[in-house]
Amino acid sequence: MDSKLPNPIRPAFTRNERDDTTIVNIGPSHPATHGTIQIVAELDGERILRADVHCGYLHRGFEKECEAHTWHNLIPYVDRLNYCSALINNFAYCETVERLMGIEVTPRTKYLRTLLAEYSRVADHLTCVAAALMELGAMTAFLYLVMLRDYIYEHLADLTGARLTYSYGRIGGLARDLPDGWLKRLEEILVEYEEFVGRVHGLVDRNRIFIDRMRNVACLSTADAINWGYTGPILRSTGVPRDLRKDTPYLAYAELDFEVPTGIKGDNYDRYYVRMREMDESVHMIRQLVDLLHEKGGGPLNVDDRRCVLPDKTLVYGEIESLINHFKLVMEGPQVPAGDIYVAHEGANGELGFYIVSTGGGTPYKVHCRAPSFVHMGGAHKMLEGHQLADIVPTFGSINMIGGECDR
Amino acid sequence: MSALFDRIREALAPKLGESSVEHGTLVLRIEPQALLGVVGALKDQFRFDLFSDVTAVDWLGREPRFEVVWHFYSTMHRLRVRIKARVAEAEPVVDTLTGMYGAAHYMERECHEMYGIVFRGNPDLRPILLYEGFEGHPLRKDYPKEREQPLVPYRAGFEMPGGE
Repeated sequence: MDSKLPNPIRPAFTRNERDDTTIVNIGPSHPATHGTIQIVAELDGERILRADVHCGYLHRGFEKECEAHTWHNLIPYVDRLNYCSALINNFAYCETVERLMGIEVTPRTKYLRTLLAEYSRVADHLTCVAAALMELGAMTAFLYLVMLRDYIYEHLADLTGARLTYSYGRIGGLARDLPDGWLKRLEEILVEYEEFVGRVHGLVDRNRIFIDRMRNVACLSTADAINWGYTGPILRSTGVPRDLRKDTPYLAYAELDFEVPTGIKGDNYDRYYVRMREMDESVHMIRQLVDLLHEKGGGPLNVDDRRCVLPDKTLVYGEIESLINHFKLVMEGPQVPAGDIYVAHEGANGELGFYIVSTGGGTPYKVHCRAPSFVHMGGAHKMLEGHQLADIVPTFGSINMIGGECDR
Repeated sequence: MSALFDRIREALAPKLGESSVEHGTLVLRIEPQALLGVVGALKDQFRFDLFSDVTAVDWLGREPRFEVVWHFYSTMHRLRVRIKARVAEAEPVVDTLTGMYGAAHYMERECHEMYGIVFRGNPDLRPILLYEGFEGHPLRKDYPKEREQPLVPYRAGFEMPGGE
């Protein structure tokens, strides 16, 4: 390693406040920070007096790259924001473009997107809870939950062809319809979910070690949470039922029966419990959506709109208009009317917003992603200060920072 | 819903330029110097308590060149407001909102490094996604996408795919 390599960050403080404290650097590659995050902390013994949190090690110019692709071609980049629940990113982005184009998706796509978004939320929360528990030594619980997650990933691979980065959303619809037997396997996995999540509840909920590490650690008040821009499970863990699925219903959420779980005081335990309860609600929603798909979700998948949906292949090979249409859509991209719009979905981590600007062509003028993880890192020092060095591990796990989304 | 928007437009009328409701969001166009007054009223009078986002749009070739865009959400009314202000390239300065919203700290840092917008009064505009010493503002339209500034030199003999 070249010792002359410049430090990529400039810490907010380099001098100790008192002469009996130590300033340490933690990360970006450190067991206490799962994910590439860097924390400069001033310690009084084991206690964190102040912390300066840095991110950006996974920055890859998402927004810049989007400006050089057609509205359709950038969907795979969107997958790589929150790669634990890529479908939610897909659908949030697609709906943003669709609303600017004035398109309303078909009922089948609407129900399928809602179902898959909730399914992704389960996978995302499973990952978050499993990782947080493993870091506290609960290996059995980790294996149970990650096993479930893997069932979900393989099941989604049957549908989309990929385990993690699906690129399954399309402007105006979805890439393909459900394969045979997909819903049957879905129900099998949900039954497995109930069995194993029940076991995890039994293993950790009233476990003395778990409670001692999680209760009253990194408490956040509702006022602080809102001031620092927290949304999603972290905001709900402070005791307020703020959920975009209920407050500003999109997709099919207005037709569903579900509760918004909340915590008591916004500590690590509450964040764990809110996520566990949210998964139960998601499973409840998925079952309703399977019924809705059967009742009202017949009909075509994609809207009949030549501005964004590729024509049928037999027509492309059979008539010149469709061939030209296909060519223009692939080469120039969907023509999105000039204007700008901000659309937010309730991502697994909080408010996932897209602000897009179009000047009326096939390529975006600007795509901006309001990433919940990035905003959450902005207030993370509030949660860490005053606690032990070892508390960084469960606190960080409960914030669930996803590097791809945080750093873009 | 729109009744609230009407009340906002009425109460803030002297400070506002053009305003409209687009896709369910109230859009207020203001002069940069009116920012603190408008946001203060939105927060205290109309309960827009959640600062969602700040970013900028680079309208290269137009004057003033940059448009700074803020988004606010009210957890009480469940509505969104977008504020837009144009600033010139020669003086890309707006006031900071860190005094009102903690969330503005990180987001203003990002907007500063990506577009070079200066948030007057924000004491901490260090790079956040980029690194110390990065030259230029990558999301400006005149920053070429291909330009590379590797902090760690590439290994000898390494060529970027598609590079010159």
